[in-house]
Amino acid sequence: MGSKLKVATCSLAGCFGCHMSLLDIDERLLDLLEVVEFDRSPINDIKTIEGMVDLGLVEGGLCNAENVHVLKHFREHCRILVAVGECAITGGIPSMRNHHTLKECLEETYIRGVGVENAHIPNDAEIPLLLDKVRPLHEVVKIDHYLPGCPPSADAFWYFLTELIAGRDPSLPLQLLRYD
Amino acid sequence: MSQSVATHPKEAVHQILQLHPRDPGELLQILVEVQHAFHFVPEEAVSLIADHLRVTRAHVRGLVGFYSFLSDTFLGDYVIYISDNITDRMLDSQGIAKYLCSRLGVKLGKVRSDGRVSVQFTSCTGMCDQGPAALVNGMPVTRLNRERVDRMVEFITARRPVSDWPPEFFQVEDNFRRSDVLFRRSFDPGAAIKAAMTRGGDETLKALHFEEAVDPASGIAWKRGADETLKELYRSDLRGRGGAGFKAAIKWETCRDISAPERYVVCNADEGEPGTFKDRVMLSSYADMVLEGMTVCGYVVGAGQGILYIRQEYWYLKPHLEAVLARRREAGLLGKNILETGYSFDIAIHWGAGAYICGMESAMIESIEGRRGKPRKRWPLPVVAGVEKRPTVVNNVETFAAAALVALKGGVWFAGHGTMHSTGTKLFCVSGDCERPGIYEYPFGVSVREILRDCGGLEAQAVQVSGPSGTTITRPEFDRVLAYEDLSTVGTFMVFGRERDMFEVVQNFTHFFQHESCGLCTPCRVGTSLLANLVDKVAGGKGSPMDLEEVQKVSQLMKTTAHCGLGQTAPNHLVDSLVKFRGDWEKRMMVTGFEPAFDLDASLEEARQLTGRDDAAAHL
Repeated sequence: MGSKLKVATCSLAGCFGCHMSLLDIDERLLDLLEVVEFDRSPINDIKTIEGMVDLGLVEGGLCNAENVHVLKHFREHCRILVAVGECAITGGIPSMRNHHTLKECLEETYIRGVGVENAHIPNDAEIPLLLDKVRPLHEVVKIDHYLPGCPPSADAFWYFLTELIAGRDPSLPLQLLRYD
Repeated sequence: MSQSVATHPKEAVHQILQLHPRDPGELLQILVEVQHAFHFVPEEAVSLIADHLRVTRAHVRGLVGFYSFLSDTFLGDYVIYISDNITDRMLDSQGIAKYLCSRLGVKLGKVRSDGRVSVQFTSCTGMCDQGPAALVNGMPVTRLNRERVDRMVEFITARRPVSDWPPEFFQVEDNFRRSDVLFRRSFDPGAAIKAAMTRGGDETLKALHFEEAVDPASGIAWKRGADETLKELYRSDLRGRGGAGFKAAIKWETCRDISAPERYVVCNADEGEPGTFKDRVMLSSYADMVLEGMTVCGYVVGAGQGILYIRQEYWYLKPHLEAVLARRREAGLLGKNILETGYSFDIAIHWGAGAYICGMESAMIESIEGRRGKPRKRWPLPVVAGVEKRPTVVNNVETFAAAALVALKGGVWFAGHGTMHSTGTKLFCVSGDCERPGIYEYPFGVSVREILRDCGGLEAQAVQVSGPSGTTITRPEFDRVLAYEDLSTVGTFMVFGRERDMFEVVQNFTHFFQHESCGLCTPCRVGTSLLANLVDKVAGGKGSPMDLEEVQKVSQLMKTTAHCGLGQTAPNHLVDSLVKFRGDWEKRMMVTGFEPAFDLDASLEEARQLTGRDDAAAHL
């Protein structure tokens, strides 16, 4: 077991679609588990990374303070950090709110929203504060690799991971980068 | 309202439209005139123009959005653009702009609330040897200082029309500091055409010219004089002065030999490369030589129409150039039946509207045809399918002037100057930290050091040869020579003294390219922005070694994948600077690990205010 590569994953401002796509490698998961061991990940519900892991896969961009803490935690504990999917790489769908101010967004939802009672902007200390703009990962920490797609296909995940595990610099072939 | 702004949109637009045929190719020219009349392109005008030319309003708006000097909002009775080249900055253009804005009570880039005036920056206006420079309602103001600004503010406050401002405000000097064989002599209008038409013969001009032969195989009509002149051009080995150095004779012959009902001659006077101003001097003081070179070219290749494409920054030359054209028509050197030989050729002026990319020949042709200046696919070349898909010779202003002299004095004479592979002489635009900025003519093969000695700039730490897209030369390289064998150049020669921070130069150039990328291809559109952001990040003290690696990576990507020369050469200065002036970068590198370019904690400020929270978790 000790010789297996340790992998951690998380989803920040994403939809978990990338994680679903990872699971879509189907029975190849068993082959993968021969060579890797999952550390913190929604797949096994481990909440923090203990010590260092070899590979961190981060889905989603950064929309709030908690996202930033998690990303920094991953950067500190992952030898190689990968931005997975559209939102992690560019901000994606959540970043569409960047065209508006945070005030406009929150008022639209919590003050003027249909059927809202006791209208006020939530301010409980347990709710992470929102950043004024949604950011892609590479604007906040150093990212080593990018795995594009919305989501990256199961085959793209498989190719990317097997190449990386084999010690090669993963460069996706054209057919895995085509989405039409 | 100042007298300069038209007040009856409909009438004024109709008047402008009357002067232009219903040809979509006229669109940009119409928009330029509308912009000058109204200081913007009103929505009403968009509809009128679209109807007149039978194009869509979206197409018209597309041009207004593309060209820097066209605007869809009113820019004020007085529209002031301050040249933002590094040479202007070195003469405190930033401080002067600030002073001007505060005196006028206007925010940079905004129109004053009473609609009187606006002030904004623009790319280099080609007055680098007499900066800091500005354009006021299209007129160049040079040597700006606080005293001049005070008087400008006085005139604007008193609503004094720009045409009534003292002429010394608009005084533009040639500063021709050194002439060599090409420009030492005065040029006699018509001499080169006569020489071309009589070359190879001993009869009278008329008799010679009508001696035509038709090659039955290709159907090409050629004339002895034209053929002999082309031979002279081959002997001269004249190479294009725009920087790429393609042999003019090959281009001309290719154009001539393609079977087509029409051909065009285009003179590229877009001169957008920051630090370049030789075309301005040529067109001010040697317009005959340039126009005659175009006419000789038309004669050699069999073209009937020439087009002089000039950048908007030189709009003030319009009356002068139109007068020269009129005089030449009068003298029988242009128009129908030139010198009574039966050969007809005329030249039209096309104005650019603020787009560096239009110096690229296929983008220029798009602009001439009334579209956004976006480069075409590499093939076919304009010489095969240029203006209206006809064979078109596009040459630089200086190339045509040199060609006129080749026609006049012969190719062997011309090839006797310069070096083996770079014949003739070259104009250099010297600006920056030197005692005598201006235009210098040298035979090719002159060293950087020799020019520095002559212009009084030997103390320099660096010279930017050929503009931001060119090469940065440092002291150990001052013996390198300017010629296609070593440093090929359009002639730009910006000198940087020892005390200059070369990182600031890079920052200025990077933003120039970000602004000027035409947006056609992703490597350039996105790459120039990424580079500008990275350079700003380093400037803000947040750069890490990883960011420098990223600069290298993006630069390499752009060089290998951009669609045209703009994107391919835009990173040159960065790559040079990272090697040659790494110290100026490193002194800004405060961090060893990666840091965001923005303040993370500040990005929570809006949420803190909205929620009224200030607990520990409300900070980053």
